[in-house]
Amino acid sequence: MTDVKQEEITKVIVISSDKVLPVDAAMKIYESEFPVTVKETCFGLIVTGPAEDVLMVTEEIRKLDKNHIFVKDRGFPAGDERRCRASRGGGPRPGFHFLREEVRMLPAIGAALDELEAKGPVKESPTKKDKLKVSELERIIEAELAR
Amino acid sequence: MAKVFIYPVNSLILADLVERFGHKPLAVMNQVREKVTNISLDSPPVNITPEDPKVGLRYAAVEVPPGVRGRMALIGPLIEDAEAAIIVEAPPVNFGCVGCNRTNELMKYIVRSKDIPILELRYPETEENAPEFMYKIAAFLESLPREEEK
Repeated sequence: MTDVKQEEITKVIVISSDKVLPVDAAMKIYESEFPVTVKETCFGLIVTGPAEDVLMVTEEIRKLDKNHIFVKDRGFPAGDERRCRASRGGGPRPGFHFLREEVRMLPAIGAALDELEAKGPVKESPTKKDKLKVSELERIIEAELAR
Repeated sequence: MAKVFIYPVNSLILADLVERFGHKPLAVMNQVREKVTNISLDSPPVNITPEDPKVGLRYAAVEVPPGVRGRMALIGPLIEDAEAAIIVEAPPVNFGCVGCNRTNELMKYIVRSKDIPILELRYPETEENAPEFMYKIAAFLESLPREEEK
């Protein structure tokens, strides 16, 4: 069993950004002096370390593109042999399937957060369907091309 | 800052949104962390203490399958702490550790029987529905009290 102190926590950072890659976020953590363990994955990062440091690191990473970087807690530490694919003989780790489904939805959630930030608190969601504005279409095309 | 119970209990989107809007998500991951990082406990499947089944018995009778009681030993205390709840019906993937439908039904029943604000909505099936889904959650979280820092 992996020896982990009780106060250590682990966060999963999922990056769904057009401007920030997992490697950029990992480099930012390497440059910082926080004593945390970072594991780069296909969807983002897994960060393990003392609670205070991990919370500060995740806040720093979130600032890179706050509406397109998502964070949640994780029970097992990074590289834990009970979950790590290297010691389990491959295959997706438990919990990956739901994460993958949610990752598909993140671009739309991120765009909604951008819109919410631009317009302010939404009291009532719009239900009426209007024609798509030309400016809106241009924005969608630009966002698609930027991927 | 309100403690918000989320269903699905391991949802990234819900946990992130709750934290983003200044509240505390009550997710199962923290409960799991206590179980798997405590050096006095062995690796799974021997990672429960004699106290855990007793906790599970608070929510489900002894003739209920032990898997339900075991899961409720983790999730039940979260529901007791909850000051609000977000329940998302029909999540796309619900199997494995969170795939026990009887536990899910029981936990939703206990949440609904508590006198706390609850937001119930369906998981967005398409990307077009995602903004609507997000706005409803944002409006709900904005409406929760955030004065007392605990």
